[in-house]
Amino acid sequence: MRTERKGHVLPVAVISICLIVAWYLAAIPMNESVAQSKIQAAGGGLFNTLAVTWNFERPVMPAPHQIMNEMWNTMVLVAPWKVKSLVFHCWVTLSSTLLGFILGVALGIGLAVAIVHSTLLNKALMPWIIISQTIPILAIAPMIIVVLGSVGLTGLLPKSLISMYLCFFPVTIGMVKGLTSPEVYHLDLMRTYNASRLQVLWKLRFPASVPFLFTSLKVAIAIALTGAIVGELPTGAQGGLGSRMLVGFNFGQTMQVWAALFAGAILAAVLVYSIGRIEKFVFAARGAKS
Amino acid sequence: MNRIREYVPAVALGLAVISIWECAVRVFNISPILLPPPSAVYVRFMNSLPLLGGDFVETILKAMIPGWMIGSLAGLAGALLCDRLPFLRRGLLPLGNLVSVLPLVGVAPIMVMWFGPGVAPKIAVIVIMTFFPMLVNATAGLQASGQLERDLMQSYGSSWQQSLLKLRLHAAMPFIFNALKINSTLALIGAIVSEFFGTLVVGMGFRIQTGSGSQSLDLVWAEIVVAAITGSAFYGLLALLERRVTFWHPSYRR
Repeated sequence: MRTERKGHVLPVAVISICLIVAWYLAAIPMNESVAQSKIQAAGGGLFNTLAVTWNFERPVMPAPHQIMNEMWNTMVLVAPWKVKSLVFHCWVTLSSTLLGFILGVALGIGLAVAIVHSTLLNKALMPWIIISQTIPILAIAPMIIVVLGSVGLTGLLPKSLISMYLCFFPVTIGMVKGLTSPEVYHLDLMRTYNASRLQVLWKLRFPASVPFLFTSLKVAIAIALTGAIVGELPTGAQGGLGSRMLVGFNFGQTMQVWAALFAGAILAAVLVYSIGRIEKFVFAARGAKS
Repeated sequence: MNRIREYVPAVALGLAVISIWECAVRVFNISPILLPPPSAVYVRFMNSLPLLGGDFVETILKAMIPGWMIGSLAGLAGALLCDRLPFLRRGLLPLGNLVSVLPLVGVAPIMVMWFGPGVAPKIAVIVIMTFFPMLVNATAGLQASGQLERDLMQSYGSSWQQSLLKLRLHAAMPFIFNALKINSTLALIGAIVSEFFGTLVVGMGFRIQTGSGSQSLDLVWAEIVVAAITGSAFYGLLALLERRVTFWHPSYRR
């Protein structure tokens, strides 16, 4: 394990540096045309071109340090409860992501348990569960928000419902696989013990499904976040990373859009990483060798 | 006969849901502004076929399918490159794994700023969204052939190209199809969400957004029906093709 990790650090570092260098290089021609007059005013030449294109206020392509700067300004220098703070918007998005995630996981596990125990439900539900995912729910998110809003449901719940709809699917699929993963002779052993279905579920099927559950959870939390962000697009005033992007887009605040995009990326990475940590912890508690 | 019987419960459930929906709307007198009954959606669907067809061409044929193809092919090319250069694989794969969980659809506003309204930003968003799933899956797939088979190819003295074409690409096919399926859903989402950020006055995303604003929800639902049929048909075609290509895979053995 240790050597494996060591083998990745250098290549990842090299490629990341290459990407950042490429980004800086790309920013020069992309910003050059919009910043032309400013470069002329500064006196032209290579040095001025670099200085202007990498620090333009409304760039076509902001340089990485500009994005970092914007994030520092909006996350650290502003009190987190103010609407101007990116931390506030992250929190709005995170709370609806987590609520949707919990609802979706509960629904997903419930459906999986039902499907595993009933052939009829398996046949009736499974095709619809698969079809449900070919409907681009994200695309109709605005309508769902508008409709639920006119019934009086506003704020957290409508967005969470979109996250829920998105993340129940990987959980159901993974859990059906996991709950049916015990070997036949393990199930036979439970039968010889005269175990009830509930006992089989609790003592054999659930423990066997844990690895599958965590794999699904990582997928689920990532799309729950995407769902929350897209769900925020039509709810401009209420806050959240999605509304931040939309407002930034509408008012031509390029940096704001980029900062929100990066905040979303960091949030996604942190969420998936946390699930991974919990997975490791649970496995260790169950006696897995690390 | 048996195959038909397989689908009876699913069809029954579908019909039940639609009937309950229809009855509930009529009995509880739900305003069509909130939830139009299925019959109204059907009428609207049939009456606005040309409009829906125009949106279909704009969003599906001009944006989703080209974007899906370019993104998937680029991902596959990236995977082949990673396969040739182990250094690149060790560096790019962890990054690819990270990027494929990010909410990439958020690049939509930036792409619309760059390319202006039209088809180009949609294709760009879809390419960005679909590249990484294909890169990660295809790279995993190219590693999937067994050590025994690879040793055999080596003992035949086959070149990289030969062992790729005759063995490893075949072993990778289930993974590639998996990515193609994931990407078909992502592409549809990318195309529609990009249209929320300014577009020409045609397209499924545009119609959905203006429809939910102007309270003509039956039209929105008609678009959803189009999207659902398209998504399911796409997925079904891919599943069919997968069955033909990877007939040897254990999951298709009888």
